[in-house]
Amino acid sequence: MAKYLLLKHYRGAPASVNDVSMDKWTPAEVEAHMAYMNNFAKKLEGTGEYVDSQALTPGGMWVRYDGEGKPPLTDGPFAETKDLIAGWMIIDVDSQQRAIELAGELSAAPGAGGKPIHEWLEVRPFLNCHEPVSE
Amino acid sequence: MTEPAGLLRELSPVVLSVLVRRGADFATAEDAVQEALIKALTAWAEQPPRSPKAWLVTTAWRAFLDLSRSEGARRAREERYEAEGHAPAEEVDDTLRMYVLCAHPSLTPSSAVALTLRAMGGLTTRQIAEAYLVPEATMAQRISRAKRTISGVRLNQPGDLGTVLHTLYLVFNEGYSGEVDLAAEAIRLTRQLSSLVDQPEVRGLLALMLLHHARRPARRGADGRLIPLADQNRDLWDRDLIAQGVNILQAALARDRLGPYQAQAAIAALHADAPRVEETDWLQIVEWYDELAAFGDNPVFRLNRAVAVGQADGAGLAALARVDPSTPRWTAVAAHLHEGNGELRLAAELYARAAREAPNLPEREHLTRQASRINALLRQG
Repeated sequence: MAKYLLLKHYRGAPASVNDVSMDKWTPAEVEAHMAYMNNFAKKLEGTGEYVDSQALTPGGMWVRYDGEGKPPLTDGPFAETKDLIAGWMIIDVDSQQRAIELAGELSAAPGAGGKPIHEWLEVRPFLNCHEPVSE
Repeated sequence: MTEPAGLLRELSPVVLSVLVRRGADFATAEDAVQEALIKALTAWAEQPPRSPKAWLVTTAWRAFLDLSRSEGARRAREERYEAEGHAPAEEVDDTLRMYVLCAHPSLTPSSAVALTLRAMGGLTTRQIAEAYLVPEATMAQRISRAKRTISGVRLNQPGDLGTVLHTLYLVFNEGYSGEVDLAAEAIRLTRQLSSLVDQPEVRGLLALMLLHHARRPARRGADGRLIPLADQNRDLWDRDLIAQGVNILQAALARDRLGPYQAQAAIAALHADAPRVEETDWLQIVEWYDELAAFGDNPVFRLNRAVAVGQADGAGLAALARVDPSTPRWTAVAAHLHEGNGELRLAAELYARAAREAPNLPEREHLTRQASRINALLRQG
């Protein structure tokens, strides 16, 4: 098994095919989308491939150490141009092929007009913490 | 929860206070009580004790002696205990002191919450960790650090009941995830506290919790969606809990020592009292918000007051203008008030912005639905 991070972006990903902001969808389209997302996580729990998912608010800032005795330096809120992560799902699957298959399914969540959003998701393999026992 | 487990957790703070009275240090005594609770679960299943409390005190005391190991210290402590004697009336004061200690101002709120749930609630570290969605090792560290922090606090220092109430309120607001229902646990502990100390604000907090808890069955839809107060099916509200809450509140208010928890409970009671949202007594609710303001300026209360003013006399936007726009949920309230004013386009924009600013997913989804609903109205119109 190998873990993959499926990353969703507020900004910075290539534009999705069905690119309409959610508040402009009809109430029925909003419901269909939310149901699809809930079912997706439940389904992966059922197949034993779900690890975690979290969403992030769009707010935030950069922070760095600024020297002895000084408070940390902050920069933010983020500029409108910055690549901005919206949230993630972590899955534990048998192959990269399966990770791509699931990311594709997540990207097919219905949006405006009830049609798939075709949203670009970033798929990132985890760097394992330990080496295999067999050499 | 099974009957013995409930009884065990009820007795947990009492047993702890007995051990501390006998001279045990708080940190070791707390570990000893946890051991006794775990032993009781198996032992009582085979043979229930005649006196559960005596059984627990004996077992916890033995565990404490094992844990502290030092024979000399043990003898000294036993001699001191023999000399002091003990009485049930003091036990009440001692248990109260344990509550105050677990919520001591030197602890961070998250530490006070964790320690209160373990020492007073008798929950295991694993259960607390699960309820707060952190690893068990993290929660174990949080608890042992909290115990170290308060180890220097003298038990006979007059405590601050305010921090205890605040801690219990924090637990209540966490709701429930996993096997432990933190809201129900907070109510149980506040009830116990209210039996230990006769204070209107303790009753006020208990009433507030009961009145909010009564609405829980109506607060989520079948698919888990958030349902705001105005749209809730009031038949689902728990009438017994409401009656309990109202009775406790009325008795507290009659003593004429108003505090912020009683005032908040009064507002919750007025909502509970309306058979339909249209029958809500908004004027009285605004008056209670004005009473609340006397206990300190709180932007969240002023924001809620603006909503009530909007319902009472339509001047909600004027009231909102006097609240700092960086207050959490300000944009959502602005959207709601502009919608009431018939400014749909502005309301839709504000709902969409409020969704982006929402602090949690259920609220984000609710606000997105509101934006979508109003945009649909605009397309029709």
